[in-house]
Amino acid sequence: MSFIATPQSMHFTDALPLQSGASIRDYHLAFETYGQLNADRSNAVLVCHALNASHHVAGRYEGQDKSEGWWDNMIGPGKPVDTNRFFVIGVNNLGSCFGSTGPMHPHPDTGEVYGADFPVVTVEDWVHAQARLLDRLGIAQLAAVLGGSLGGMQALSWTLQYPERVRHAIVVASAPNLTAENIAFNEVARRAIVTDPEFHGGHFYRHGVIPKRGLRIARMIGHITYLSDDVMNEKFGRQLREGIDLKYSTQDIEFQIESYLRYQGDKFSEYFDANTYLLITRALDYFDPARAHAGNLTQALARATAKFLLVSFTTDWRFSPKRSREIVKALLDNRRSVSYAEIDAPHGHDAFLLDDARYMGVVSTYFDSIAKELA
Amino acid sequence: MTEKATMEALARLVPEGSRVLDLGCGDGSMLDYLQRERGCSGYGIENADANVLACVRRGVNVIQLNLDEGLAMFGDASFDVVLQIDTLQHLRNAEVMLRETARVGRTGIVAFPNFAHWPNRLSVLRGRMPVTRRLPYQWYDTPNIRVGTYKDFEALAHKNDLRILDAFGLQDGEAVRFLPNARAGTAVFKLERSA
Repeated sequence: MSFIATPQSMHFTDALPLQSGASIRDYHLAFETYGQLNADRSNAVLVCHALNASHHVAGRYEGQDKSEGWWDNMIGPGKPVDTNRFFVIGVNNLGSCFGSTGPMHPHPDTGEVYGADFPVVTVEDWVHAQARLLDRLGIAQLAAVLGGSLGGMQALSWTLQYPERVRHAIVVASAPNLTAENIAFNEVARRAIVTDPEFHGGHFYRHGVIPKRGLRIARMIGHITYLSDDVMNEKFGRQLREGIDLKYSTQDIEFQIESYLRYQGDKFSEYFDANTYLLITRALDYFDPARAHAGNLTQALARATAKFLLVSFTTDWRFSPKRSREIVKALLDNRRSVSYAEIDAPHGHDAFLLDDARYMGVVSTYFDSIAKELA
Repeated sequence: MTEKATMEALARLVPEGSRVLDLGCGDGSMLDYLQRERGCSGYGIENADANVLACVRRGVNVIQLNLDEGLAMFGDASFDVVLQIDTLQHLRNAEVMLRETARVGRTGIVAFPNFAHWPNRLSVLRGRMPVTRRLPYQWYDTPNIRVGTYKDFEALAHKNDLRILDAFGLQDGEAVRFLPNARAGTAVFKLERSA
């Protein structure tokens, strides 16, 4: 049983200038903290979340069963990121739908719900907003920033935007940018949402409806790409949902995998916001620190001074080891301190959220070494 | 090869303050030693999960890679020294890795078990593959996929236009410079690319 976590919220009146040229003011960031900030404020660890996660990284909510945070296996007392030693901060990103200001909230000028008018936010904007939160919490420098997938992109971006504020970056199952194939998956998901008749150009809140069909399909596509072929075969294979006979139907759920995807899609459409899905996938598409350097990642990462740990998973085809190696190579070119573990795990991209002794061992050992620097 | 004297003998070949790439770095003890005692910096390459973990524990930078996939990640002459200590005998393509060692490092240091060491010769004369302290495995159950001799390596280095800066044998942590091919369990070569 995990410890009790308490969500908090911080209000920011000053406008946050965004990469697009727009800005956002009067916004809230939802966050949680675990552990104690030490006397010299040197033990803070920021955890950045991926597409559908939040500031609720670890612990559980009082009186709520099964409310463990999304990385509860990684973070907590005695866990790889040990909250007995580190002060861990989880923050919900702007535009998300779990408490921080997002498209479902009113615009401060008009009082109307943002909807499709919520400004496009980037990984860099999120990092900027996170940095402001740290300012308010009195944390000048992080012992470490840690994230998987899109969270790993934020961790990497931290080392470029605020090199002097990060001592260690732990980047798991991530990439220096999305491949065309990855953008393509995102686009299919976005089209599913946008073409749902209940999307109403992103202003569905006014109509009192939710584009659930689009969200379901978006999630189904996502789930296919988070798993490996092998794991999907092992888990579902060609199993039928009931009996052993084909029904000769074209619209019924017959295979177990169909049932699983529909279940995941249904569940997701109940809690996730359609505009948030569009915003976050766009932030993924846009992330590309090498872009300002004519595609030269080595030049882009020259600014980073943090020490790095990168981890990838051999069966992850959405953020493949090859992409992590590109980051490693750029860091090597810059003579930065970097270690890289390529974990031979069967679970595809999802592996970064799962227990694997080698993965947990390497992260845990790395954080041990960070803790030793604190003493 | 883990013995302290042997490690120190090899470490002496690495100039102080060098930037080092250690191919097949094991638990990182050599790099750890070079960092602490000789002011070196660098990275180890390892394929085995347990060794990667051991390196992280020691605070040695480690990159998990299968050396048989090559060193494409590393630029030409990007390291002062590339170490290949007890690695060659595990590689499928030792010749390619030797060339890569000379490409990536300004200097390469290669050490491996010398099969022509006299106790090994004696064993083969008796008709059996040697099982010794240095080569402790049975022929049918060994991680060493190749055996070679001091002299064999000399020939391979010449074939690949590598200049041998220094070469000697190591036995019980002591350099063997007289008849090393017969008198040393370990062959050591320090080399560079011919200009």
